[in-house]
Amino acid sequence: MKSCNTLLAAATSVLALVLAGGAAAQDRVVNVYNWSDYIDDSSIAEFTEKTGIRVVYDVFDSNEILETRLLAGGSGYDVVVPTGLFLSRQIEAGVFQELDKSKLPNLENMWDFVEEQTEKYDPGNAYSINYMWGTVGIGYNPAMVEERLGTSEITSWDIAFDPENLAKLADCGVYFLDSPTDILPTVLLWLGKDPNSTEQADLEAAEEVMLSVRPHIRRFHSSEYINALANGDICFAVGWSGDVFQAADRAAEADNNVEVAYSVPEEGAQLWFDQMAIPADAQNVEEAHEFLNFIMEPEVIARATNYVYFANGNKAAEEFIEPEILEDTAIYPDDETLEKMFTVMPYEPRFQRLVTRSWTRIVTGQ
Amino acid sequence: MNRLAAAIASRAAIIVPYLWLLVFFLVPFLIVFKISLSFTAISMPPYTPTFDLSEGWAAFTESLSELSFENYLWLRDDALYFNAYLTSVGIAAVSTFLALLIGYPMAYAMARAPDSLRPLLLMLVILPFWTSFLIRVYAWIGILKPEGLLNQFLLWLGIIDAPLIITGTYAAIYIGIVYSYLPFMVLPLYATLEKMDFSLIEAAQDLGSTPAGAFWKITVPLSVPGIVAGCMLVFIPAVGEFVIPDLLGGSQTLMIGKTLWNEFFANRDWPVASAVAIVLLLVLVVPIMFFQQAQAKAQERDR
Repeated sequence: MKSCNTLLAAATSVLALVLAGGAAAQDRVVNVYNWSDYIDDSSIAEFTEKTGIRVVYDVFDSNEILETRLLAGGSGYDVVVPTGLFLSRQIEAGVFQELDKSKLPNLENMWDFVEEQTEKYDPGNAYSINYMWGTVGIGYNPAMVEERLGTSEITSWDIAFDPENLAKLADCGVYFLDSPTDILPTVLLWLGKDPNSTEQADLEAAEEVMLSVRPHIRRFHSSEYINALANGDICFAVGWSGDVFQAADRAAEADNNVEVAYSVPEEGAQLWFDQMAIPADAQNVEEAHEFLNFIMEPEVIARATNYVYFANGNKAAEEFIEPEILEDTAIYPDDETLEKMFTVMPYEPRFQRLVTRSWTRIVTGQ
Repeated sequence: MNRLAAAIASRAAIIVPYLWLLVFFLVPFLIVFKISLSFTAISMPPYTPTFDLSEGWAAFTESLSELSFENYLWLRDDALYFNAYLTSVGIAAVSTFLALLIGYPMAYAMARAPDSLRPLLLMLVILPFWTSFLIRVYAWIGILKPEGLLNQFLLWLGIIDAPLIITGTYAAIYIGIVYSYLPFMVLPLYATLEKMDFSLIEAAQDLGSTPAGAFWKITVPLSVPGIVAGCMLVFIPAVGEFVIPDLLGGSQTLMIGKTLWNEFFANRDWPVASAVAIVLLLVLVVPIMFFQQAQAKAQERDR
């Protein structure tokens, strides 16, 4: 019994020491929850070096997972990165706190074009700053496509939504994103309708188009197409810009004679914006602001773009971005193409239900 | 004094499993059940009403009256849910049958193997668990895909001229589920078969029974507890399976796990998602309880 007491006493004193030590060091922390593979690691080390704030960096790979953790409350994160469409609904639900812009002097670096767009989701950009943005377009394998269509360049959504065209590509593999909000607005655009329409008749028209091309689509999936394109398993995918570039990058690394190209069709394409925001129940608000301000340093965000091949919303960063990225109109579209881009707003819950039900019919045939 | 302590101790031993059931089954069940009677809202958490005991008893009873069974009516009115349950139960039933077909001979061979070999064989069955489940399912993608190992092997043998399309079909889902859950079938079967007295078979054969007859009349009936346990362990998780159909199956497979995912994540409708989960539980638990009761009665009758 005695030895037991001694042990206990020893353990208690060690615990006390640890606690005291922790308090003395004034450990400043920021808990960041970002998309996987979305930042250059050296930036995080640099932030800690500059500010003494330790970064606990955690990653997710779908907006839905992030949203569930935020809505459940007590997520424990200080900085999160939802996409605009999700952000706007989360703001309404009271998930975030307003930014203290006096602590974000680097806001002056931001790009007014992007700020105008993100304001649709976050009026006055009161709750968030832009991290990266991109488009929903077509990723394809030029060699396989040329064999079947007679051209190695895809410039129109006609290839995706006209069954006669898509049928020619069916044998080499066609993937679509498994996400109604990323596909149906583009179908509406192609039909010459308002991509943001909430008319049931328009939804039915879009469903009809999708059902007509459904037999030629091998799979609906929101991430598998990256590897499938890179391995040459498929030749055509409607997907997110950055993912397709990642596929191209992986194919080049594997040196497997597979080439992957990305197209923003001439009819226009849907824009998306990943926004950094601070949850209302964040524990380290001060540190979170410092982190956001650091992210808006031109060199820092440019390094991230050079790493992930996404465009960012920071105008001052352009001089630090590698020319091959800045000049690639698939990543940084020219002004004329930007004119044709559109954004989508969140649906009302009732219409969302109709959209999901319609999507289930498209994907499963039920 | 000691007897009192012993009595308390034996009571406590009974309480532990009940406490376990209460904390890890009943309480979560009631929470989910309550959410299934609520309505969606754009708030944190995304449904209403939420109970706040700090506002007093009157507020609590008032929010209680806001609950309704409307979400269950919703499930009844759209054939989608019924079809999804049906597909899931069907896939699980076929997978369980296939697992039994493959698992029984394996367990039988293990039980008849020399004593010295058995630990090794048991080890081999358990060995796959040492790798992550997810990695093993991914490995199957590599094996089954059009230019995967299996197709290359068959092409090389000259059995086929063009690669078989296996990934994205029901066949791939069956392969994935049977492979993943096979150990859960083999282990309980092995446990019962190993305890079996094989001199009974010799006795049967001495009395003129054919080997097949002895197997059907003696081995199979004696291994029924193992068959039941194995089938339950495969069937129940297979019904709710989400990962295997998502990775190996095609987009057209509509299982209840995916439907639940859609309600929860795409529609952000936690109440309907909860209702789907509660119905799934009822679909599974009620027949199993009846079955177990019938089993228990049958066993008592046999005594």
